[in-house]
Amino acid sequence: MSGLRRKVAIVGAAETDRLGTLPEHSRLSLHAEAARKALADAGLKPSDVDGLFSTVAGPNELSEYLGIVPRYVDGTGVGGCSYMIFVRHAVAAIAAGYCDVALIVHGESGRSWIDMEAPGTPASPAGQFEAPYGVAGAPTSYSLPVLRHFHEFGTTKRQMSHVPAATREWALLNPKAIMHKAGPITPDDVMASRIVCYPFNLLDCCLVADGGGALVLVAAERARDFPRPPVYVLGSGEATAHRQVAMMRDFTTSDSSRVASADAFREAGLGPADIDHLMLYDAFSFTPMLFLEDLGFVARGESGPFVADTSKRADGRTIYPTGPGGKLPMNTNGGGLSYCHTGRYGMFALLEAVYQLRGEAGARQVPDIETSLVHGPGRQFAAAGTVILANR
Amino acid sequence: MSGEPPYRGALPRPTPETRPYWDGAKAGRLMLPWCKACARPHFYPRSICPHCGAADLEWRQASGRGTVYSYVINHKPARGFEDKVPYVIAVIALAEGPRMLTNLVTDTPTPEAIRIDMPVEVVFDAVTPEITLPKFRPVEAPR
Repeated sequence: MSGLRRKVAIVGAAETDRLGTLPEHSRLSLHAEAARKALADAGLKPSDVDGLFSTVAGPNELSEYLGIVPRYVDGTGVGGCSYMIFVRHAVAAIAAGYCDVALIVHGESGRSWIDMEAPGTPASPAGQFEAPYGVAGAPTSYSLPVLRHFHEFGTTKRQMSHVPAATREWALLNPKAIMHKAGPITPDDVMASRIVCYPFNLLDCCLVADGGGALVLVAAERARDFPRPPVYVLGSGEATAHRQVAMMRDFTTSDSSRVASADAFREAGLGPADIDHLMLYDAFSFTPMLFLEDLGFVARGESGPFVADTSKRADGRTIYPTGPGGKLPMNTNGGGLSYCHTGRYGMFALLEAVYQLRGEAGARQVPDIETSLVHGPGRQFAAAGTVILANR
Repeated sequence: MSGEPPYRGALPRPTPETRPYWDGAKAGRLMLPWCKACARPHFYPRSICPHCGAADLEWRQASGRGTVYSYVINHKPARGFEDKVPYVIAVIALAEGPRMLTNLVTDTPTPEAIRIDMPVEVVFDAVTPEITLPKFRPVEAPR
């Protein structure tokens, strides 16, 4: 355990009013709506913010747009886990006295692509050594490690197809999930959906949407002065190992995920068995399977049999181990697969952990939870960020 | 008038530390930077050895042999690959040790035909007068 355990709390949390196809929103207006709502949730206004953390809009752009002058700025941009890393950095900044009110903001016009940046240059390493071979975005890069895992451990496509099916069950319980009314899916449905990039079919892939979200953090000692129930940061970790997926040292384990999660567990003084609720960034069906192994929730190579170990309810409905009623509730908002995915999804995973720990998750509320772990990758298993949260 | 349409796929723009690699490819040679301090090669080419941090490097021609470390079969093409779908993006473990991302050139882009760890060899695809892309093809099994 470290001196920063439980020193800082989340006191404001919100997503944009709508998620999905939002052509009326720009990249920056998504940030602004998320920031305004999270600050209102905390009973604060923009001028109260003195620490600003953002990446899809950089802190200079965002301070200008919001009309504020924060004296602590962080624009760490390592992909979807940047938001978990921002939580870690905000804990350190608040504990050090560098800021008092930290605002972490995400907004991304991932579908409508309004004021979004161009991809990297042809002279970058990825431009020279990936792009010329027809690498076409995340489906062609997140997929590359999968067959190696299949080969080394006997993992199967059918096992992997259980992940989207389990995650859809949660989305059916979340009115804000984009697939809320899309009905259940089975592993067979996943395998029968259109092939995108073998071994991924369409239903193995996350959604592509517009949306935003934000968090407000303050020192734990004053967290009870705010209107919402505080959610405390018990531990966190971060790491980055590479940029291109082909540079991953071992395709069956993420070095950065192991470093980040080990630091978070150590700081929190907890292990996997102490975690009641789990948010493992699901860019694709396989992504959280690797994290289940790397974080120690299952043994190496065991994620396939684990996710496919279903049982039947009395009414004949399937219970997935990570779905509603399962032994390890995971991605309870419906995940990137069935709730929302803007491009850098980490903020939404954090928000769901906060809602669950506050007891605000409605029909999908996991009962009697005290701890939640949020973990995600930055780009294709290249970076990673972990946050362990608790409501007491 | 040439009947060849211009190449539309993404093209690399060599940088000082990668120029010898691309010059080598154009001449039909797969070149790797080797560290003189720790005697290990690396890929992609950098100006510093990622194994030991030394900056004293030399270029050597690689064998062009390797095995398929992992792969995907892509059905949703990148720009310029529309007439190639489905195409195989593979990561090759070179005989010298480093891994590189490339295309596996095959008439049978199917999971049944492509085995993890199968042996492959380099081929050179001159996509423009300036740029040649090293690609790999399965090594024919001895008859």
